[in-house]
Amino acid sequence: MTSTHPAVELDGLTKSFGAVTAVDGLSLRVQPGEVVAFLGPNGAGKTTTIDMLLGLSRPDRGTVRVLGGTPDDAVARGRVAAVLQTGGLLKDLTVGETVRMTAHFYRHTRPAAEVLERAGITDIADRVVGRCSGGQQQRLRFALALLPDPDLMVLDEPTTGMDVEGRRDFWQALRRDARRGRTVIFATHYLDEADAYADRIVLVRQGRIVADGTTAEIKNLAAGRTVRATLPGADQAALAALPGVDAVEVRGDSVLVRTGDSDAIARHLLTRTAARDVEITSRNLEDAFLALTTAQTGA
Amino acid sequence: MTTSTPTRAAVTEPDRRLPALGGFAPGALGIELRRVLRNRRTLAFTLIMPGVFFLIFGLPQGGQSLDNGRPVTAYIMISLAVYAAMVATTSVGGAVATERALGWSRQLRLTPLRPAAYVATKLITAMSLGLLAVVIEFLVGAVAGVRVPAYVWLLSGLAAWVGSLVFAAFGLFIGYLAPAENVMQIIGPVLAVLAMFGGLFVPVEVLPDVLQQVAKFTPVYGMGVLARAPLTGDGVSLAAVANLVVWALLFGVGAARLFRRDTARV
Ligand SMILES: Nc1ncnc2c1ncn2[C@@H]1O[C@H](COP(=O)(O)OP(=O)(O)OP(=O)(O)O)[C@@H](O)[C@H]1O
Ligand SMILES: [Mg+2]
Repeated sequence: MTSTHPAVELDGLTKSFGAVTAVDGLSLRVQPGEVVAFLGPNGAGKTTTIDMLLGLSRPDRGTVRVLGGTPDDAVARGRVAAVLQTGGLLKDLTVGETVRMTAHFYRHTRPAAEVLERAGITDIADRVVGRCSGGQQQRLRFALALLPDPDLMVLDEPTTGMDVEGRRDFWQALRRDARRGRTVIFATHYLDEADAYADRIVLVRQGRIVADGTTAEIKNLAAGRTVRATLPGADQAALAALPGVDAVEVRGDSVLVRTGDSDAIARHLLTRTAARDVEITSRNLEDAFLALTTAQTGA
Repeated sequence: MTTSTPTRAAVTEPDRRLPALGGFAPGALGIELRRVLRNRRTLAFTLIMPGVFFLIFGLPQGGQSLDNGRPVTAYIMISLAVYAAMVATTSVGGAVATERALGWSRQLRLTPLRPAAYVATKLITAMSLGLLAVVIEFLVGAVAGVRVPAYVWLLSGLAAWVGSLVFAAFGLFIGYLAPAENVMQIIGPVLAVLAMFGGLFVPVEVLPDVLQQVAKFTPVYGMGVLARAPLTGDGVSLAAVANLVVWALLFGVGAARLFRRDTARV
């Protein structure tokens, strides 16, 4: 019954704030058990999408289904839990009290001691939240999200403000906990996090998905090289038709060819066309990310 | 397909039913109460200060009597009990403002706790602290030698306590109106002025005539009159009852409307 529904179905999701279209017709389907990274620059619309996914805000247009039902129902049944980018804790409760109090709101939860242990904060259970570091508070939010043993865990930049070691510890805790079949969606700015912890990467920019694939596929996007040459009046269509060419861009007298076979393209340019100043540069995931997520001026 | 899925069966499925009563739970209430009782500012303003006020302003009146022969100290004690209860209930209701400012409300929306259950928890916490405030004020009075018939203790205490429901609603109203962390610092002086008009610090009769007329329409007036009626033996005027009911409705409806606006998904 539960396994037949996608974990998440977003269809044509749109949300504007005044003149800003934060999310622009975004559609996404996540299957149970997938670990998906939502990768994008500041203001890409990640948090806005997650808010709608969790039922914290309503889309202007489009629909959200979570585990086959409404977000509110999934939240109320403890089937989805989240660690939010914003969202406070009561400073005058202790870590342990916060967990126990939250546990009371559910029909059934894992024992408080167990989630504290899994989030790695057992030793600070008696500490008042106001005196916990940012990283410790983030682990507390994580502990709260573990309480209902959710089928879907949503994390919005969970490691923001943590140092490198804190980030590693956090992800290790998440991994240790990963119940078989749990779906995880996390938003991040960090490519390495997406690369290390996700099976699938969804790149968003200006409220739209600009790339979506397995980590390997997204890396492949980046694995190629760019061949740049000066070639006035380049025949864009002819170049694009060459084997191994991913994309061709003409900027004035320059032509940029993205390809998996840079040698062949360079040879072609030098022998069959009037191209000169040929340059070959390799791209990495960072470049792909930037290329895909940076607003193209005059595009 | 008639077989169940073996991969899922291996993992014990958690209980996915909805919580009873929208997530309202005595356990959470207990933690909430402890949290309130740990707050030094709340304790100082609701449990200690009114008692100290009695010792400073009430005790010197020892030996003096009201028209019906009852001690003036009892009059002052009951007035201060009303004051203590209203500050107590307002501060708990007003804490909603802090929790919204901190973003705790947003965190709560990721749990099965229904907004109505949250408000119910706040109201019960507010009334518990209000009751404690009345009891402590009365204890201070009793220990300091106030002697009145048992029914006066009971009825006056009850009226002070039940009347403070108006201020639990007032606190919630302010809490949903202004998401500010330091909301009590702003309301504190307002409460003091209202208490003055309600005759809690000095009898309304000593105020200038115009102010006496104004006072009858302020929100503390009704509960003050009702709480002191068992002591003074004055009949309960319709105006006092109407005052209490109207203000309870105003704050209650106001809080409910703001609350609905707050929980509407945007
Ligand atoms: N409540 C709001 N009012 C007005 N504009 C908003 C609001 N929330 C988001 N926005 C705008 O919508 C756009 C998307 O914001 P969003 O927070 O979803 O981005 P994000 O991808 O989560 O960014 P970040 O990586 O910085 O967290 C931004 O331009 C932001 O300024
Ligand atoms: Mg964000």
